[in-house]
Amino acid sequence: MTRLLNPNILRLGAGAGYAGDRIPPAVALAEKGQLDFLIFECLAERTIALAQLEKLKNPHSGFDPLLRARMKAVLPACMANGTRIITNMGAANPLQAGREVLEVAQALGIDQLKVAVVLGDDVLSLLQTDYLSEPLIDSKQTVADIQPLLVSANAYLGAEALLPALQTEAQVIICGRVADPALFLAPLMHHFQWQADDWPLLGKGVMVGHLLECAAQITGGYFADPGYKDVPNLARLGFPLAEVNAQGDVVITKLADAGGCVTVQTCTEQLLYEIENPAQYFQPDVVADFSQVQLIQAAPDRVQATGASGSPRTDTLKVTLGYRDGFVGEGQISYAGPNARARGQLALELVKARLADAGLGDFEARYDLIGVNAIFGNAPACQNMADTEPTEVRLRVAVRVQTQAQAIDIANEVEALYTNGPAGGGGASKSVREVIAATAMLMPRAVIQTQTVLLDNSIGGS
Amino acid sequence: MLLRNIAHTRTGDKGNRSTLSVIAYNPKDFERLEKCVTPEIVLAHFEGIVMGPIDRYSLPQLGALNFVMHNALGGGVTRSLALDAHGKCLSAKLLDLVIE
Repeated sequence: MTRLLNPNILRLGAGAGYAGDRIPPAVALAEKGQLDFLIFECLAERTIALAQLEKLKNPHSGFDPLLRARMKAVLPACMANGTRIITNMGAANPLQAGREVLEVAQALGIDQLKVAVVLGDDVLSLLQTDYLSEPLIDSKQTVADIQPLLVSANAYLGAEALLPALQTEAQVIICGRVADPALFLAPLMHHFQWQADDWPLLGKGVMVGHLLECAAQITGGYFADPGYKDVPNLARLGFPLAEVNAQGDVVITKLADAGGCVTVQTCTEQLLYEIENPAQYFQPDVVADFSQVQLIQAAPDRVQATGASGSPRTDTLKVTLGYRDGFVGEGQISYAGPNARARGQLALELVKARLADAGLGDFEARYDLIGVNAIFGNAPACQNMADTEPTEVRLRVAVRVQTQAQAIDIANEVEALYTNGPAGGGGASKSVREVIAATAMLMPRAVIQTQTVLLDNSIGGS
Repeated sequence: MLLRNIAHTRTGDKGNRSTLSVIAYNPKDFERLEKCVTPEIVLAHFEGIVMGPIDRYSLPQLGALNFVMHNALGGGVTRSLALDAHGKCLSAKLLDLVIE
């Protein structure tokens, strides 16, 4: 099904950069991008853990809540143009996600759709008895310390896991946890027959994926700073597409009529986004090296990126662990007009005193005045801002406790400032949520087995 | 002069670490960035927010510095009680750094 208009260039489009991303730019790419692949990256660190909780409540859920809407929006154009779709929107339930896509296709009158589902990232069952003494990354704890609280454990699969699915006729490929750049590396390996040990080429493919994986963050999203960094037509911001050749050279661009811009500046920001040591970007398929990357503005809204490389992959895969970590009770209320800050400060002191009286034991808390110190705290470098008298402030108290009942009490204590606090408090709001925290461990790659399941309307549509 | 006159920045998060790129608008200002925006200076600028340490990587061909700020996010995005749990706002805060 891959488009063969120009077999020497593979055209990859980014359809989403996070779970809640905008849909119209993906539709524009599907319709006008002449894409070989449209790729949706929708899984943040703890999204799978939250999806796993949904699946426990209902075995037919646990996939991305926007899956159906996204597929409904882009499937007609993708089918008409021979564009294949790759996405991690399977989250905690890729198989059900595959069935949902078939249902959407059927409702659209698309009968020939095939969906390939990639399984194997869910390794929670392995942690029932094994690996308990393994250390957690960036922590002094071991798996055993959080094992009773575990909700999910998902290995970051590599592009290798997606290759069998790409070799089928499936137009849509759905997975759960796969390293974000690997969603883009996989079609490059598949189309250009890159070998799984050609480390420099894999490093280049990872760079392509890394540049595209946050979608609009390279076309002028998350970039504008009026007067310093202006972005044209930001309201109609487009998503990026990449033109990649067999040597891994890439041009990042966007649709000509889409808003935004692709410049060396936007590309440099995205190249380094969430990268630590640029010479060692650890990925399941390769340790990529971005330290020598060069970016050239080849034409307006066309940036060429060269010079990425890579070294051999490690023997382990990173596994994200989601675990229950208590509850957060939060409340907010606003004070405005003369003396707003003093009234807000008084309200904070009242909540502190009342929580101390409530006998909750030790708890972690945050007491902020939004508009004064909620973001940078009372750090010395921020004092100049903290000294000004704001026209309005919003009190925010957030407290982590062990039980939901305690969290509710705390949220109510903030709301009670209406009738029990300073004058003129307004617009109170409160929330209580269970904290699903994420941590990580390493697991030998050899124990993680992946599998591809092919679905079509004859077996999976009902 | 302020850093914002010669550079732009973007932050990201990795667990309890914040990554922060500082990129010269004009490549000729890169040497100045290297000299003026050291890990020590960045740590002092974020006193009370980032506990540190801070690592710095140089990418001269991009006119960019990449900082990795350890113990910067109140325990990490998924645990932090902060309003901006990702530390996304830190990038803008660095722009008001006074440099020579």
